[in-house]
Amino acid sequence: MLDSKKIEKIAFSFLFLAILLVVVPVGMIIVIIIQKGLPAINWQFLLDIPRHGMRSGGIFPAIIGTVYLVLGAISFALPIGLLAAIYLSEYSRDNFLNRLIKLAIVNLAGVPSVVYGLFGLALFVVFLKFGASILAGSLTLGIMILPVIITASREALESLPYAFREVSLSLGASKWQTIRHIVLPNAISGILTGAILGLGRAAGETAPILFTVAAFYLPRLPRSIFDQVMALPYHLYVISTQVPNVEEKIRYGTALVLLLLVLFMNLVTIIIRYQFRKKKKW
Amino acid sequence: MVKIKIQDLNIWFGAIHALKNLNIDIESNEILTIIGPANSGKTTFLRMLNRLNELEANFMMEGLIQMDGSDITKLDIEMLRKRVGMVFALPVPLPLSIFDNVAYGPRMHGIRNKKMLSEIVKKALEEAYLWEEVKDRLNISAFNLSGGQQQRLCIARTLAVEPEVILFDEPCSGLDPISTAKIEEAMLKLKQKYTLVLVTNNVKQAARVGDRTAFFLSGELIEVDNTNKIFTKPSDQRTDDYIRGKFG
Repeated sequence: MLDSKKIEKIAFSFLFLAILLVVVPVGMIIVIIIQKGLPAINWQFLLDIPRHGMRSGGIFPAIIGTVYLVLGAISFALPIGLLAAIYLSEYSRDNFLNRLIKLAIVNLAGVPSVVYGLFGLALFVVFLKFGASILAGSLTLGIMILPVIITASREALESLPYAFREVSLSLGASKWQTIRHIVLPNAISGILTGAILGLGRAAGETAPILFTVAAFYLPRLPRSIFDQVMALPYHLYVISTQVPNVEEKIRYGTALVLLLLVLFMNLVTIIIRYQFRKKKKW
Repeated sequence: MVKIKIQDLNIWFGAIHALKNLNIDIESNEILTIIGPANSGKTTFLRMLNRLNELEANFMMEGLIQMDGSDITKLDIEMLRKRVGMVFALPVPLPLSIFDNVAYGPRMHGIRNKKMLSEIVKKALEEAYLWEEVKDRLNISAFNLSGGQQQRLCIARTLAVEPEVILFDEPCSGLDPISTAKIEEAMLKLKQKYTLVLVTNNVKQAARVGDRTAFFLSGELIEVDNTNKIFTKPSDQRTDDYIRGKFG
């Protein structure tokens, strides 16, 4: 007979094994990318334009392109997503239609990104005549990360105890005052967590920018939001599969820069979140 | 003088008939205590007076509630809630400092002047018997206070918006006897200025602080009378049974 102690040990080792299965591949990916990519990193690589058919030189235009696209996507998706989350969590009644909307939003987060790419091509590039441009690409990425931001923000808003809202209303505050002074300040860190998830996704996706903005080879900086740009994920795809004889360290170096860029943007968000948490009084 | 007049009040939450044909007057500057077993409609009655019930999805009401002669369902809801304050069963400080908790209501009603806010906060904390204990640490989080202090903070927060009526929903249910005594002391003092309605599960508390006591059972008002009479010679057998602890 197994006693409960033994069962606990067996269960524990399975749980530990599961964690191992998650951590080891991720760790290996990071180690390999750093190992193979680090030799490529130097100022020229970071700040120069690509040369010799992308086989040497730097990746500066792609870095700038990705930064523009991510900032554009987040500045479009964060305000709209937050407003939608406030509506869903604070104002909408719990009825069939609203449950359907919530379900649809959760499911939209799982739609393959290439579908968003086609949608962006049809709506922004062709129908609204933005052409392949930073604007069209940012909006496409923005629409792709909207469900992530809405869902995370809604969860942050709804995790705040209902009693706080009741107290505020019982003191004669209006609904909007309650949201503005009690609900939002205490949900902000969860909302920023949603923004972090969105940032990472927007920076890394290739398919949505493929048809809407990304340039195969454009060794200069964009002049306006109606210009095309290079972007890191697409550049990585191009030098890995479309251009022959690219040195391995350049490919891994590009991947490393993409990782560090996402890490850096997340770090900025985390610092902002930390500043808000410090002010929190509970 | 009648402060709040309630006529033929019926309340439903979906299919549940929570309050049945309620008729009761609340006098100015009295403490009306409401006793009764769980699910007798006490809290529903209380939350009707500041219209918090309207937050529920399938709430329905019939009947008339008048405060100073005007129908409360026709009053501006924010103004009504400013005039009718509420202290909840569990102390719920807002996630703010002690000062900001008390200043929250006045700020929402447009008071920005710092000196004025300080005066309001001091006065409210004094009236709630909390000032001496917190005057040196007004900027710490309200969650650092003990349960009894938190509840007195909630009373101070309610007083800060200068209400006319204060609703207490089992305010001492989670508190020790000494904190309870302090809150009862505060209530007896407050009735000089305010009209108080106290829902309590503690029959002895009703006997200690109530001017009049109402007994609710299954959504019906069984009787309401002077507290002395309810506790010595109630006119209904069920009231007598409840007070003696035969059920509930």
